Amino acid sequence: MELTGAEMIVECLKAEDVEYVFGYPGGAVLHIYDAFYKQNDVKHILVRHEQGATHAADGYARSTGKPGVVLVTSGPGATNAVTGIATAYMDSIPMIVITGQVPKALIGNDAFQEVDSVGITRPVVKHNFLIEDVKDVARIFKQAFYVATTGRPGPVVIDIPKDVTSAKTEFSYPSEISMRSYNPTVKGHPGQIKRAVDIMLSAERPMIYSGGGVVLGNGSEQLRQFTRKLGYPITQTLMGLGAYPATDKQSLGMLGMHGTYEANMGMHNCDVLIAIGARFDDRVTGNLEKFCPYAKIIHVDVDPASISKNVKVDVPIVGEVVQVLNEFNQALEQTERTPNASALEKWWQQINEWRSQDCLKYDRESEIIKPQFVLEKLYEVTKGEAFVTSDVGQHQMFAAQYYGFDEPRRWINSGGLGTMGFGLPAAIGAQLAHPDDLVACVTGEASIQMCIQELATCRQYGLPLKIINLNNGCMGMVRQWQEFFYEKRYAMSYFESLPDFKKVAESYGHIGIKVEKPADVVPALEEAIAQKDRLVFLDFITDQEENVYPMIPSGAGLNEMILV
Amino acid sequence: MRHIISILLENESGALSRVAGLFSARAYNIESLSVAPTHDPTLSRMTLVTSGTEEVIEQISKQLNKLIDVVKLQDLTEDAHIERELMLIKVEAVREARDEVKRLVEIFRGRIIDVTETTYTIEITGNGEKLDAFMDALSSITIHEVVRSGLLGISRGTRVLS
Repeated sequence: MELTGAEMIVECLKAEDVEYVFGYPGGAVLHIYDAFYKQNDVKHILVRHEQGATHAADGYARSTGKPGVVLVTSGPGATNAVTGIATAYMDSIPMIVITGQVPKALIGNDAFQEVDSVGITRPVVKHNFLIEDVKDVARIFKQAFYVATTGRPGPVVIDIPKDVTSAKTEFSYPSEISMRSYNPTVKGHPGQIKRAVDIMLSAERPMIYSGGGVVLGNGSEQLRQFTRKLGYPITQTLMGLGAYPATDKQSLGMLGMHGTYEANMGMHNCDVLIAIGARFDDRVTGNLEKFCPYAKIIHVDVDPASISKNVKVDVPIVGEVVQVLNEFNQALEQTERTPNASALEKWWQQINEWRSQDCLKYDRESEIIKPQFVLEKLYEVTKGEAFVTSDVGQHQMFAAQYYGFDEPRRWINSGGLGTMGFGLPAAIGAQLAHPDDLVACVTGEASIQMCIQELATCRQYGLPLKIINLNNGCMGMVRQWQEFFYEKRYAMSYFESLPDFKKVAESYGHIGIKVEKPADVVPALEEAIAQKDRLVFLDFITDQEENVYPMIPSGAGLNEMILV
Repeated sequence: MRHIISILLENESGALSRVAGLFSARAYNIESLSVAPTHDPTLSRMTLVTSGTEEVIEQISKQLNKLIDVVKLQDLTEDAHIERELMLIKVEAVREARDEVKRLVEIFRGRIIDVTETTYTIEITGNGEKLDAFMDALSSITIHEVVRSGLLGISRGTRVLS
């Protein structure tokens, strides 16, 4: 059957089982919107700013594992989406972003709402396409979904000129695709796997360091088997939280700049480091010259370019984490060798000594609300079962430290790019994907204002989010660095004209509650959760002077932490 | 160290800018770059000269391989290979310089491919050092214009990039 380019886009999305498209209309995409209007299979969620569309699609993708889909117009529609595309790129999130483009004949003419979307997005996408002929629509969509979701996932932009969306041709969606220039490695090298197993069984002070790749690759179950089988301590990155249960006794919590004392000391002193789906980010390693000085390093990653990029490793294994972990587990099953029990016992004694530092202690008697207290109580009240999105800053670190994630895909934050404004729209995507679950957005008074317009989207679609606004009246993390490293010169980190968030929430049709006393924290959280069908904006007035501890100052090693 | 990376690339619009963009975004160095379609019109062949430590070169290869448009690549400097560059050069050729330039062109096995009353245009191929040496030899001559192709490279023997 002959279809227009616009109708084909709808058909392609249907063929890919796309539930939701997050978008905002404009001139260049009107044919596509018209095609959406004539069908009910793919639901369109109207955001209030294109950045919100990308973060919402991102939150949908992170909470489900399926690609998020975005539709925006040319020019400013595309440029507004760039922050969200870069956010997804840095955290390897599968996403398809369809950007309208001016008609082909006008490309390069500085036409109204024209921008070189392919050029602008090139450094922040896994791949991008400009569709020049309506005959290519089906093939390019198939390729885009394939590229976005396989190997190390990432965002793919499809730029489509307006005249291509109105042109007609025969349509059939390819059932299979192969690309001569793209074949992601799936299975790890058997020889390397054998070597890795040998080394890990010889360890006296082992450490497992797992990252976002385990969540993205759906390897949580295999990671649990692997870790329990060995009985080794495990630490997880900001992006990996939940792949291994935080409440398990083998878990040492998060590592890195604001990681726990036991995790970072364990890293520094280990003799074998097993890195799985993690990329040795600078916020994790601290000073590279002081990083894991005694360790033989095994590194499993689906992306060969992640291996030996920052840290030279001894046993590189390129492959999907599920495949490689399955092979590890099989090899451990088959071998007669077992971990060195006496060495391991000594190692756990040492770790428990570090643990007894209780590095996440804080003043629980405070008369001002402590941000840590809110997160601890949020965990208790939600029984640790909520999907938690966050913005960027102190509240993000507190959430990572104090909300114990026991399941993967529950913790949704912008780890790589550190995008303020991410939390609220990401929560929209997560709530749409999980309508019966509790979705909380942990944010601060600075971050929330970067995408606060999406409160209207929540109203339109009846999304009962719980917004946990840790309002300390300043950009907490900036303030903390200025206190530590700039002799308390608080340049531009304070707000003198904050809105009344209760009224803001109410004016968007939601419930707003201001909470000023520690005793009111739990009742307010309970009230918010009791409001099953309503978005509740909880504005917690928290201690301005509170800092995130522990902390590794930049340039220091993992064993050089600042403790409370 | 200097490395010559040979790349087979999808012959599509934007493929070149993906490679060039990667180098600038990751602060890798490009000394020269040349690209043109091959006998298979869907593929382009690029020769890229770069330099860096072994770690940097390893990252460059890996990052290039990650680009969807890159079909295959090879570091030519790992093995025996041939390097060639083409230079076109327009020089002033009046009075005694006309003979002097002609002699130098013969010594360097170049060719004069265009002549006017006052200029010669010379074509010369070779590796970079040879072309540099020819330029040095012309030091007493007035040079009007120099065009260099950037390096091209190919493996010696039966090895092919395909």
